[in-house]
Amino acid sequence: MTPLDLSPAPGAAPRGAMLRSQTAMELKLLLRNGEQVLLTIVIPLILLLAGTRSDRIVDLGPGRPIDVITPGVLALAVLSTSFTSLAIATGFERRYGVLKRLGASPLPRSGLVIGKITAVVLVEVAQLALLSGVALLLGWEPAAGVLPWLWLALLAVLGTSAFGSLALLIAGTLRAEATLALANLVYVVLLVAGAVLVPLDRYPDAAQSVLALLPSAALAEGLRDTFAAGAPHWSALAVLAGWTAVAGLLTTRSFTWE
Amino acid sequence: MSHAAVEVTDLVMRYGDVTAVDGLSLRVEPGTVTSILGPNGAGKTTTIETCEGFRRPHSGRVRVLGLDPVADAAELRPRVGVMLQSGGAWLGVRAEEMLRHMASLHAHPLDVSALIARLGMSSFARTSYRRLSGGERQRLSLAMAIVGRPELLFLDEPSAGLDPQSRRATWDLVAELREHGVTTVLTTHFMDEAEVLSDFVHIVDSGRVIASGSPGELSGDGSRNTIRVTARPGLALGPIADRLPAGSSIEEPVPGQYVVTGDVCPPLVTAVARWFGDQDVLVESMLVERQSLEDRFLELTGKALR
Repeated sequence: MTPLDLSPAPGAAPRGAMLRSQTAMELKLLLRNGEQVLLTIVIPLILLLAGTRSDRIVDLGPGRPIDVITPGVLALAVLSTSFTSLAIATGFERRYGVLKRLGASPLPRSGLVIGKITAVVLVEVAQLALLSGVALLLGWEPAAGVLPWLWLALLAVLGTSAFGSLALLIAGTLRAEATLALANLVYVVLLVAGAVLVPLDRYPDAAQSVLALLPSAALAEGLRDTFAAGAPHWSALAVLAGWTAVAGLLTTRSFTWE
Repeated sequence: MSHAAVEVTDLVMRYGDVTAVDGLSLRVEPGTVTSILGPNGAGKTTTIETCEGFRRPHSGRVRVLGLDPVADAAELRPRVGVMLQSGGAWLGVRAEEMLRHMASLHAHPLDVSALIARLGMSSFARTSYRRLSGGERQRLSLAMAIVGRPELLFLDEPSAGLDPQSRRATWDLVAELREHGVTTVLTTHFMDEAEVLSDFVHIVDSGRVIASGSPGELSGDGSRNTIRVTARPGLALGPIADRLPAGSSIEEPVPGQYVVTGDVCPPLVTAVARWFGDQDVLVESMLVERQSLEDRFLELTGKALR
């Protein structure tokens, strides 16, 4: 056993090493949490499988059910990880003094945020790869070429920015229990009424113009347009960018670390 | 002359209408163990957390290692070890995992396995934080504070919730860190902790420092020490009172318990013992008591510590 040398030898680890360590920790804790895995993988997978039979449950409109449901499930995967999962995890980190303790460590605050974002992005890459793969096996026929996949990446980044900012806004201002409740409630409400799985044009005419402004509708419609026609409508990008700007600004103004 | 490790000048901190810290000033010399002693709600945690850079002073000035804890946080964080009063780890993280993570954020951390052995953490190293007892969480929190080999340590109630053995281990570690040149600032509401551990004590009450000094200085100069004698009750005290030196007095607050107050010196002890002997009264016990920090605190604040 190495003897303990208690003499001072202060110093921060190299920035890259700190970021790797923090991201690995975030990922490890995320994967260890059964509810999070259920939320991010199992539920979208079930909905994808059920969605191929969805014509018996709900009218998704013209087109084969798998082609309509798959972009919606991909949008749901982004929503679950970048919003619900991130909000709940951050809320409890704040509650249990983790943010405060790490705030006193050499890890810079930007490193804390980058670690979170990297972990979210890595989980999303795994989710999108798995769900797209399963959808292709089930007979999904996305628009041809590489371009739709690049649009998917851009929309996922924009969606993650918008939902992630909203998640931090809630987690940084409300109590952890309230964050837990609200993050789950918003997830369910958007899933049912946010034009995630059911295309916007299946909703009542009066509701469409309002629903179109939701980040969930923008992301899901953007993905449906992308995989049906090759590109999203510009309004989808604008709505997501708008939500990112507003929520991001409010978050930086209101977030408290304890 | 190097500057102070910590220098707080006229610090004022408010939460809404409540003034938690009200013009507090204190100084911590490098290489010392300094205790901030006071009852709950005295402003200890607020003061220490302001030094840690968590809060911005409403007024007054705080310097840590000569730097501003908020503006120079990036420079200070690697040099300062922090033990929060509670929490600080993910519920799902294992004790050793958390400690290794903290170590990974530092350039020259302590050997984690050796630290775990030293603090007696082996039995719960693989237990998740959620399942740790209060005392185990305290030990992990202390380990997290020192793993980065800081030059200055802030410990907020380090032995709260510890059993006597762990408490002793914590004290030994703080003493050993001091031998290696680490400066420690700790808050406590345990008199014995402040008395045993620190070179210097600041007694805080209602957001102000009401007394400062070494434990010996604060306990008093001996003029208020006592001799406690147990003997047959109901002795007439007039004759002995005449034979005691000026400034001393004797009373029997409880039947059979005699208390001599005054400048306790060998002649006084001898005089008291002889008087009981002359009366042919058997002294069952005789105890010389130094005024403790606790007595001093009660005298200063009129409040009992918990």
